[in-house]
Amino acid sequence: MTGLIVILCFILITVIAMQIGKVTELAAKIRGEEESQLRSNKANGVLWLVFGFVFLVGTAWSAYAYRNWMLGYGPHEPASAHGASLDNLFNITLIFTGIVFVVTHILLFWYSYKYSGKPGRKVYYQVHDTKLEIIWTAIPAVVMALLVMGGLDAWNEVMADIEPGEDFMEIEATGMQFAWILRYPGADGKLGTRNYKKINSANPLGQVWSDEKNLDDFHPGELVLPKGKKVRVRIMARDVLHNFDLPHFRVKMDAVPGIPTYFVFTPTTTTEEYRSRLKEVPEYQEPSDPADPDGPKLWETFDFELACAELCGKGHFSMRKLVRIVEQDEYDKWLEGQQSYYLSSIRGSDEDPYLDDVSPLEVSMRKTEFDEKVKNALASDSIQGKTVVMDYVNFETGSANLTELSKYELANVVEFMNKNSAVTIELAGHTDSMGDLKANQSLSQSRAEAVYSYLSANGVPTGRMNAVGYGPSKPLDTNETDEGRAKNRRTEFQILTQ
Amino acid sequence: MATKVTTAPGKISEIDRLIEEHGYDDHFHDHHDEDKYKSNFLSTYVFSMDHKIIARQFLITGIFWAIIGAGMSIIFRLQLGFPLESMAWLKPLLGKWIEINPDTGFGTLAPQFYYALVTMHGTIIVFFVLTAGLSGTFSNLLIPLQVGARDMASPLLNMLSYWFFFLASVVMFLSLFLSTGPFAGGWVAYPPLSALPQASDGSGAGMTMWVMSLVFFVVSVLLGGINYVTTVLNLRTKGMTLWRMPLTIWAFFVTAILGILSFPVLFSGFLLLTMDRELGTSFFLSEIYVGGQALENVGGSPILYQHLFWFLGHPEVYIIILPAMGLVSEVLSVHCRKPIFGYKAMVYSILAIGFLSFLVWAHHMFMAGVNPFISNFFVIFTLIIAVPSAVKVFNWITTIYKGNIRFNSASLFSVGFVSLFISGGLTGIFLGNSAIDIQMHDTYFVVAHFHIVMGIAAFFGMFAGVYHWFPKMFGRFMNETIGKLHFWGTIIGAYAIFWPMHYLGMAGVPRRYYSRESFETFRHFSETSEFITIAAIITFFFQILFVVNFFYSIWKGKKQTKRNPYGATTLEWTTPIIAGHGNWPGKIPTVQRWAYDYGKGGREFISQIEPLAPGEQDEGGH
Repeated sequence: MTGLIVILCFILITVIAMQIGKVTELAAKIRGEEESQLRSNKANGVLWLVFGFVFLVGTAWSAYAYRNWMLGYGPHEPASAHGASLDNLFNITLIFTGIVFVVTHILLFWYSYKYSGKPGRKVYYQVHDTKLEIIWTAIPAVVMALLVMGGLDAWNEVMADIEPGEDFMEIEATGMQFAWILRYPGADGKLGTRNYKKINSANPLGQVWSDEKNLDDFHPGELVLPKGKKVRVRIMARDVLHNFDLPHFRVKMDAVPGIPTYFVFTPTTTTEEYRSRLKEVPEYQEPSDPADPDGPKLWETFDFELACAELCGKGHFSMRKLVRIVEQDEYDKWLEGQQSYYLSSIRGSDEDPYLDDVSPLEVSMRKTEFDEKVKNALASDSIQGKTVVMDYVNFETGSANLTELSKYELANVVEFMNKNSAVTIELAGHTDSMGDLKANQSLSQSRAEAVYSYLSANGVPTGRMNAVGYGPSKPLDTNETDEGRAKNRRTEFQILTQ
Repeated sequence: MATKVTTAPGKISEIDRLIEEHGYDDHFHDHHDEDKYKSNFLSTYVFSMDHKIIARQFLITGIFWAIIGAGMSIIFRLQLGFPLESMAWLKPLLGKWIEINPDTGFGTLAPQFYYALVTMHGTIIVFFVLTAGLSGTFSNLLIPLQVGARDMASPLLNMLSYWFFFLASVVMFLSLFLSTGPFAGGWVAYPPLSALPQASDGSGAGMTMWVMSLVFFVVSVLLGGINYVTTVLNLRTKGMTLWRMPLTIWAFFVTAILGILSFPVLFSGFLLLTMDRELGTSFFLSEIYVGGQALENVGGSPILYQHLFWFLGHPEVYIIILPAMGLVSEVLSVHCRKPIFGYKAMVYSILAIGFLSFLVWAHHMFMAGVNPFISNFFVIFTLIIAVPSAVKVFNWITTIYKGNIRFNSASLFSVGFVSLFISGGLTGIFLGNSAIDIQMHDTYFVVAHFHIVMGIAAFFGMFAGVYHWFPKMFGRFMNETIGKLHFWGTIIGAYAIFWPMHYLGMAGVPRRYYSRESFETFRHFSETSEFITIAAIITFFFQILFVVNFFYSIWKGKKQTKRNPYGATTLEWTTPIIAGHGNWPGKIPTVQRWAYDYGKGGREFISQIEPLAPGEQDEGGH
């Protein structure tokens, strides 16, 4: 209805305007063509002056009104190390172009007023002026040369890739319709290989799981980076073009299917620091949630954001990811909470190449765990403390045959024994209390011996160890529950001398 | 039907006397009484080979497209400016593209259709309005008339040029009604988005029709361009040396060369794209997983398409702006009653801009993933273009200096053009510097820049041309009061629309966002956005005023009574008011002097056909 009224109004105004046009044309005829042209010259000359004044004042006012959004100064200073070089260049260009803008416009509007047609004025027959023309060719040429030099200097520095030997971290951002998938390299610091043909809903990046570098890579839900650390973002696209856009960091680069691109930058401002910068800015004093006027203000909820800046389809405007810049210790804490994508989503599925095996990632994780345990044991004084449970040594049900997968843990034991040649140990087998006591006793004995012979076959001198079966006599937990019993069935060793 | 000279019987006009005395008799009318072309209604008004009719066909088709293209921008501006207002009232017009919430009855523009509108707006305005509608109209109208030719070198190819454009228009127009919608991947049509129907609804049939339409369009541009170049080089009348040509002709001439050299490259890009789409090749596609499926294509480069596209795309912006510059130079000089300042510098600037326009294309691709080292060259060449552009601006301003300006709609739009060209051109210096472009690329700053410098400015050149040469086309004048109203409304409106966008760009707001709401960073500008939308609606209304004025004046406008109403020096004003096919009823006038003898020796103007007085020096001589 409003639309209809608006349209009707416009039609009405058009008709009125046409009528006015006709009437003035008639008036001009009566007045004489020359006379009405002179009137028009005078009126439009004055209008140019008025327009020029309003225009120039208006542009200056607009810069003032939007000062808190202007590039190069105000609260939105760049949050990255390279950002300032770009903002400075912007300011320098603004000064040069600003001068040209004002001067040429003043001349244009003033001349339009001053030389609006008057009867009998003689025009100045001026064809050209070589001196003037050389001057105003040379001046822009010199200014452009300066801007080019400044620009290229900044550009080549900003766009430079990592130098060999530089300290940096690499992460990866992949654009898809319509989201970003982030990938961090995990403990090994290296991103695993990808093959786009392996992409499916469980494996959104097509990571190749037989590549061990992939196993610890994780996909965080937000982009978290430590302040002051150089980051190289590898930028990829899964389907169409996208653009990795971090406006606060002056970072922007297309994501191109089939052609990895990159951007190197160093965040210099944490989210908290940026928030405190906005604390005094009027634009950020509104409540963050309009429905909750007493809630936190905009500056308190401010966050950096990752956007897409290359048209990628109907959801282009929705590819948002939260970006957090934190201090190094907070980053380390965050890192600890991240789980490898392989372990959280692939392990045990059909895609897992280590389906019936221990994955290299787990081997190394278990080794870390084992090393930690023996380190503590070596340092401990109590008998309990000197005892190390070999969590990943298992036997076939009811027998003393070591399972295939026990070899990884036993390899850790062998390494430990070789490294610490003074150590002697007692290998101990334990069972739960279910079933016949005698049978349990002898099973635990033969299991301890099985470990003994395995270690000895792998080079541990028999003189440095002995094997004892304790049956159910030394439970770690209650034998009333499944869980407790599982804990009690175990193989362990105690460090006797070191 | 050539009307004979319209002066009182018995008294021969000065123009006719000069033509009769100095003209060149090509025996054009010897064997055919009045009508060499044996015209009937169809061949006069529809399949006409007369360049003046073809010019009008281009212009009216261009106006049709301008209304559609600008109307589309109003629809998507409504969504951007008033996201909280229901658009259900547009349902009768847009059908399923308005999505109605069944519970609240609230209507929103479908995002897919928003992108279709943005895409079509760009395609239509850039190609159909500012290329065909601008250069098609005025190259056709003015080249033969101002160089003193009976018609184009090949009237047949000229006619075909229009009808290929017409065909392109029909195909593009029909694509608006596809059930999957028109193409929606941006006017640049970057693959893979444009190559994969799985990636966007519009990339299926919509894109097929888009490409088909633009291939017809390329043919049209080439047929036209070859004709313009040939006519300028071969059909100039006696005495019309290159240095005596009006700047309009120089501009059209260089524009045509740019078109001939660059459109085939676009065509090759489209060809490869079509092969990727239809034949399973991998020129632009590699390692793509889309629609739940990994495609077989490997080894292609989407960036290659961008090179091919922008090798046209950048010259294209000069194809748009050079004719506008030419028209403005001419109109300014005529109405300032003063020679254009630095004519030769103007010509050299046009040539320099034309040449450099082929060396800057990758400044659209600083952030596209090309080797950053390559960008160094493109920064240098891009910023060099500022020099000839600045020279042109200084020359226009100096042309006004100590002139005696006759302010009418045409000259107002010309002065407005200079202002817009300054404002929009200067922001190009920011964007051309790749380091600043890191932040500005694909933001509203870019939108503001190109709309002002080659969108609105080119429209201003076109309006100046239409108001100025309307009598040449229709024998009547457009209404001046409405024209001036149109001008002031448009220049204020245009700045109101695009000036605030610079600030959005500085804040990093990306262009082509259907909604900014999900981003805390971009959300702040709802008032600005609302203001822009209102300004756009009002400005659009002023354009409707122009259209009404245009069609009204064709039939009811003030009649042209004087053959040379503006006191202009150029040849087009030496024909009869209604010139028939062949332009001059008798001999072809010959040219005796350059095109800008205004205010020389105390005379208001001296026509190009008037011989030099003894001892007089001609500025166009060597």
